[in-house]
Amino acid sequence: MTASAPRRLMTLYLPLSLASIVLLFPFYWMLITSIKTDRELIDLNGLPFWVFQPTLEHYRVLFAETGFLRWALNTLTISVVATAISLVCSILAGYSLARLRFRGAGAIAGAIFVTYLVPQTLLFLPLLEVVRQLGLSNTLWSMILTYPTILIPFSTWLLMGYFRSIPRELEESALIDGASRLRAMTQIVLPLALPGILSAGIFAFTLSWNEFIYALVFTNSTDIKTIPVGVVTELVKGDVYFWGSLMAGALLGSVPVALIYSFFVEHYVGGLTAGAVKG
Amino acid sequence: MRAETRERPVTAGQLPTIGELLDRQGVLAYVLLLPGLLILTAFIGWPFVTSLWLSVTDQSVSTSVVRFVGLENFTDELRSQIFLQTLRNTFVYTGVTVVFKLAFGLGLAVLMNQSFRLKNLARAALLLPWIVPTALSAIAWLWLFDATFSVFNWAIVRSGLADRGINWLGEGQWAMTSIIIANIWRGTPFFAISILAGLQTVDRELLDAAAVDGASLWQRFWRITIPLIRPVLLIVLLFSTVQTISDFQLVYVLTRGGPANSTHLLGTLAYDVAVRAGQLSQGAAISLYMFPVLIVCVVALLVYMRRSST
Repeated sequence: MTASAPRRLMTLYLPLSLASIVLLFPFYWMLITSIKTDRELIDLNGLPFWVFQPTLEHYRVLFAETGFLRWALNTLTISVVATAISLVCSILAGYSLARLRFRGAGAIAGAIFVTYLVPQTLLFLPLLEVVRQLGLSNTLWSMILTYPTILIPFSTWLLMGYFRSIPRELEESALIDGASRLRAMTQIVLPLALPGILSAGIFAFTLSWNEFIYALVFTNSTDIKTIPVGVVTELVKGDVYFWGSLMAGALLGSVPVALIYSFFVEHYVGGLTAGAVKG
Repeated sequence: MRAETRERPVTAGQLPTIGELLDRQGVLAYVLLLPGLLILTAFIGWPFVTSLWLSVTDQSVSTSVVRFVGLENFTDELRSQIFLQTLRNTFVYTGVTVVFKLAFGLGLAVLMNQSFRLKNLARAALLLPWIVPTALSAIAWLWLFDATFSVFNWAIVRSGLADRGINWLGEGQWAMTSIIIANIWRGTPFFAISILAGLQTVDRELLDAAAVDGASLWQRFWRITIPLIRPVLLIVLLFSTVQTISDFQLVYVLTRGGPANSTHLLGTLAYDVAVRAGQLSQGAAISLYMFPVLIVCVVALLVYMRRSST
């Protein structure tokens, strides 16, 4: 029984198209702004929705005259290292909380969940003090070490769910065969939890890539900035906005997360909703 | 016998080896938890204590001797017009955007719950506003809301709705409206995808049975679907409330709290006061005004999760 074509148009295609236009228009706008000439950008009489003389000049400026490549490298380094640290911590903690019986497990799981909900805007000020005391201000380490606080809580919860879904018997039979717990964990449980680890990794990487307030507050020299902070703070000179290069930077800074996520959308949605559905 | 003693060499009075200790669940559990807890304590627990301390002292970049001032920073703020405006903004911003995000997200989820071609592509594309760095997508909005070159204004003027465009980010009310629009745009996909996951767990047979019994589409939705996805709705709502009340990036990029401090949220005002003006203690107190609402959300989630897990 399929709905009639006009009905399907009204209940599906029309509203869906409308939603797509609203949600995607700003990206289209970024793209065409980044390839318009300056003259076309400020031409109030022409049709703004199309590019008549596309140019890559703004991209050239972005690469040749700003620190964009440096920021990209910084963002990549920070995201990869922070994600790796967070994954190691979360795998260990998640396994411990999901699989081992010990006093205080419930309280610790609860405490980790609470830290998940502590927003960065509540902590950035005192954290700046801590970062200063440790002598880390204006270094990549200030971000590499603090980003895991945003990543570990949710990764741990996500992985706890995955570890719980793996039958205990598999592990217990290995223990009976004489394997140590650590061995049972690395050889049997971890390979089965790989989809969960992948979800957690993707999630952690994109969150690091997108982080803004810590990176804004902990850094002040151009060499140390990340893409979001660099683009926002350095491509605006006084009151002069370089719209073309701004858009080029914003677009290029968004592409990596958009790509990663479109390749792994299933995992991503799995990670995103794991808390909501399983929890 | 010999093989057994080799594998279990623990005898009375002998210290267990590291390997044996790690086979004890109570010990291993804490060893595994250590790295994570260390990072969380150092960079969440410790700063949180620091923030409480900062908020009851009078530290700024110009003070050399730190003095205990009790709750003075908090009460001072309550006499500041800018702070009261900020508090109001934060509640309006959170309340309005969460309601719209819920409504649009629910609608989009119901749309996407139908089967159609290219569904996966549509789902991937529609999540984009939520997935890309907010500070960067906010730049697109900055240009969309530009006083002179706003494409919205171009459309308004060209279509004859008004002879002059709107000064989106330059007037208090419109500036609030602008950041609210941008926030709804960014947050709706998160609601939609989470609710969609909830909808997919709803048993079709239940809905079909109700349809056979004569329940209308509308009744089935409100009486069956909504109650079944209530857990997802509640969790998404609480998460979004926490995230919105502590928002920073959109306001920082779009208005910096202006014009004339009319669009500050608690986070951006704290940043202005502490980082730009150097009043560390005052800034810490402003941030901590978020705390009561956060506590309510956290407790609600914890209570809810405990109840649903038993």
